[in-house]
Amino acid sequence: MADRTKRIRRSDLLVFATQRNEARRLPYFLEHYRRMGVGHFLIVDNDSTDGGDRFLAAQPDVSLWRSTASYRRARFGMDWMNALLTRYGHGHWCLTVDPDELFVFPFCDTRPLRALTDWLDASRIRSFSAMLLDMYPKGPLDACRYQPGQNPMEIACWFDAGNYAMTRNSALGNLWIRGGPRARSFFADVPEQAPALNKIPLVRWHRRFAYVSSTHMLLPRGLNAVYDEWGGEKASGILLHTKLLDGFAARAEEEVRRGEHYGAAREYRAYAREAARNPDFWCPHSERFLNWRQLEVLGLMSKGNWA
Amino acid sequence: MSVGIVLLAHTALRRVEQVARHWAQGGCPVVIHVDGTVPDPRYAALRRRLEGQPLIGFAPRHRCEWGGWGIVAASRDAAQMVLDGFEDVTHVYLTSGACLPLRPVGELRAFLARHPETDFIESARPSDVPWTVGGFEQDRFDLYFPFSWQRQRWLFDKAVTLQRRLGINRARPVGLHPHMGSQWWCLTRVTLRRILTDPKRPAHDRYFKRVWIPDESYFQTLARRHARRIESRSLTLSRFDSQGKPHVFHDDHLELLQESGSFVARKIWPHADRLYDTFLSPARRPARVASDPARIDRLFEKAGRRRTRGRPGLYMQSRYPHDGWENGATAGPYSVFHGFTDLFDGFEAWLAKTTGTRVHGHLFAPDRAQFSNGQRFVSGALSDHAGLRDANPKAFLTSLIWNTRGERQCFQHGPRDTPGVMTFMAPDPNAQISVITGAWAVSLCRSGISVEACVAKARRLQAREHKAVAHLRARTARAQIRIWSLADFMRNPVPNLLAVTREIATAPQQHLNEAPVLQDLEGLAAFLQALRNHGLHLPSVGPFPQDGGEASEDIHARAVGGQGA
Repeated sequence: MADRTKRIRRSDLLVFATQRNEARRLPYFLEHYRRMGVGHFLIVDNDSTDGGDRFLAAQPDVSLWRSTASYRRARFGMDWMNALLTRYGHGHWCLTVDPDELFVFPFCDTRPLRALTDWLDASRIRSFSAMLLDMYPKGPLDACRYQPGQNPMEIACWFDAGNYAMTRNSALGNLWIRGGPRARSFFADVPEQAPALNKIPLVRWHRRFAYVSSTHMLLPRGLNAVYDEWGGEKASGILLHTKLLDGFAARAEEEVRRGEHYGAAREYRAYAREAARNPDFWCPHSERFLNWRQLEVLGLMSKGNWA
Repeated sequence: MSVGIVLLAHTALRRVEQVARHWAQGGCPVVIHVDGTVPDPRYAALRRRLEGQPLIGFAPRHRCEWGGWGIVAASRDAAQMVLDGFEDVTHVYLTSGACLPLRPVGELRAFLARHPETDFIESARPSDVPWTVGGFEQDRFDLYFPFSWQRQRWLFDKAVTLQRRLGINRARPVGLHPHMGSQWWCLTRVTLRRILTDPKRPAHDRYFKRVWIPDESYFQTLARRHARRIESRSLTLSRFDSQGKPHVFHDDHLELLQESGSFVARKIWPHADRLYDTFLSPARRPARVASDPARIDRLFEKAGRRRTRGRPGLYMQSRYPHDGWENGATAGPYSVFHGFTDLFDGFEAWLAKTTGTRVHGHLFAPDRAQFSNGQRFVSGALSDHAGLRDANPKAFLTSLIWNTRGERQCFQHGPRDTPGVMTFMAPDPNAQISVITGAWAVSLCRSGISVEACVAKARRLQAREHKAVAHLRARTARAQIRIWSLADFMRNPVPNLLAVTREIATAPQQHLNEAPVLQDLEGLAAFLQALRNHGLHLPSVGPFPQDGGEASEDIHARAVGGQGA
């Protein structure tokens, strides 16, 4: 719909995303990543009906493609992402995120993203982990209405600080991380079905790389070695996940109808069932979001030896 | 007098230009060496931009590869140019394109004027240098290094292995005692001149061309031969991380750099506008007194430890240690009580009051985690849901201990609980595990259930308890473990209990005002005998004192009666 890829410079940091009917979230999404120094956005619009596609097409730093094909058959958008990454990502630091994921990394309030990628280059690190951290408001989701352009953290500023469980995936070497508010509210009886929170969104892309399942893991396997196994800590970040805002229930119902999501939209079925009750994820031990340093102290992310 | 600057650059040429102008404005001649790998147009552009600057010159270009001879050749030629071109130069300061002067140029000149005969160069014997990565302290002087470490790593490694096997030990030019240290020195004209005009220079150069990382040893070694007074330190603030690469300074290090008191720092991130603007500002005031020069070292040391040792007891996306590599499987000490609630009435409340710790019920009870005060969630929003807990009991426990750092956690455990976590706790030195085996019999006895029904229960509980205790008796067990049989414990119940609580009390324990209340054990001996009479062997209970034959009959009758009622 809008191919501005000619404008990509060799040293540009790139964001790759798939979006569908996220018009409300897009303005802040773009602002968040522009502020950290992203040079260009490469976005696939999956048949939006809310005008988000037109909004994106009008942005000077966005290249937009439109697909009316099945999200499910495109392996939940990953085929589109891999194709774009292969074509445009080679040699760049690429951040592959959803419109409801806001990347946070060590020192992100005082250093731009390029400071991180320069450090990763110097350290010969090719991939960078950022766990998905579900953010939620206090009180029922529909109680507060999110406005376009607003920082979602003004509403969904609460999170679970310490209820995550992880196991090693011996096949691809990545960790599976599960837990957080969705696990305890929706999947307590079937924790193995709770959504995976491990993500490796930032990669110095090479055309022979490929994401395997969402951005949970990649090939070749070595890219999944984002964690230290000998007691130390590697540097890592967080993806603030702003899915849990007003409209969540309606969205879940729609996704169940479309059946385009992973595992026959099993996850969305659970959401739709529970979300109809307009749930409150907040508990007296929820933590209020301040900044990356707080997340670091809590052990959700790490500076590693970056100082 | 004046100090001449040699500036080795290979990237961020805009910054190079900016810093060179700064030195020149301060009256210091600058000779810039631009790496031979930099494309000619960019080099030409830099020269053009600095045209007409009388104090700025350009040295003949060499290809500089990390660890190779090129950097020495470049520094040497550039230094020569400074000496030849600027008669009033008394010191030559070697810097890089990523170096930033932190203090006004005048201060550096004044400082050097006070030390006219001193060479500032870090220079130590290889055997005393612990900071090299890869253990090449001595080998770098004794072997040949014909291959590039960065481009020909395989050949590099093979060549080293082969030479070690062959016992290669290079002959060293006479009178040369290898020393090494930071590449960034500041030498006097006299010393430099002697190094550069040494009649043995061809032999020195031949030798150092095949030394590994000669830029850290050429001048460092030769200064030892020629200097009048060596001050073995670098005037340039530069720190290396655990991988051996230099730490990079960013805008948020401004205060740290101001406090360091150093004349020059490296490496500065080329996009650190605030640092360049602040330190190169013509309005820059004289440096503050170095209030805390060690702060920078503490910061980087901490970062290094975080990378290599990590935070004990933390399991997260970028720290997931193999078994035995956790540097502490849990974040802090905690206590497990097995059998105590069976024996003492109101044990949890008493324990909380006596020790000032957080006391939970059975965290691994089959239906839910019994958090203190019946809470559904604890710190970190950890849920009491059994399904979540049992999906990964180890994660549940380590999360709890991590989330409550600074507050000791105590919890109850017993044979009725979900097993499995004992295998994790037994080897954990943070765990204090106190077990009264067979205490479950007390609850069973008091339950009023018929002896016949109790037999099967007792058999199952004893078997499960036996399994748990086996982990505690294993050779791998590192927890602080106490195991009593019920009979053992009952010989001296209060002192036994105190031995445990004394270790965990947060406040110095007063004498025990309020001893916990023992459950009524009347009829227990008879109950146990009745179990035995049903063919159950009860090693876990131990030799509990017998009341006599009648009691056994009594309880049998009571139990049967109870059933009938």
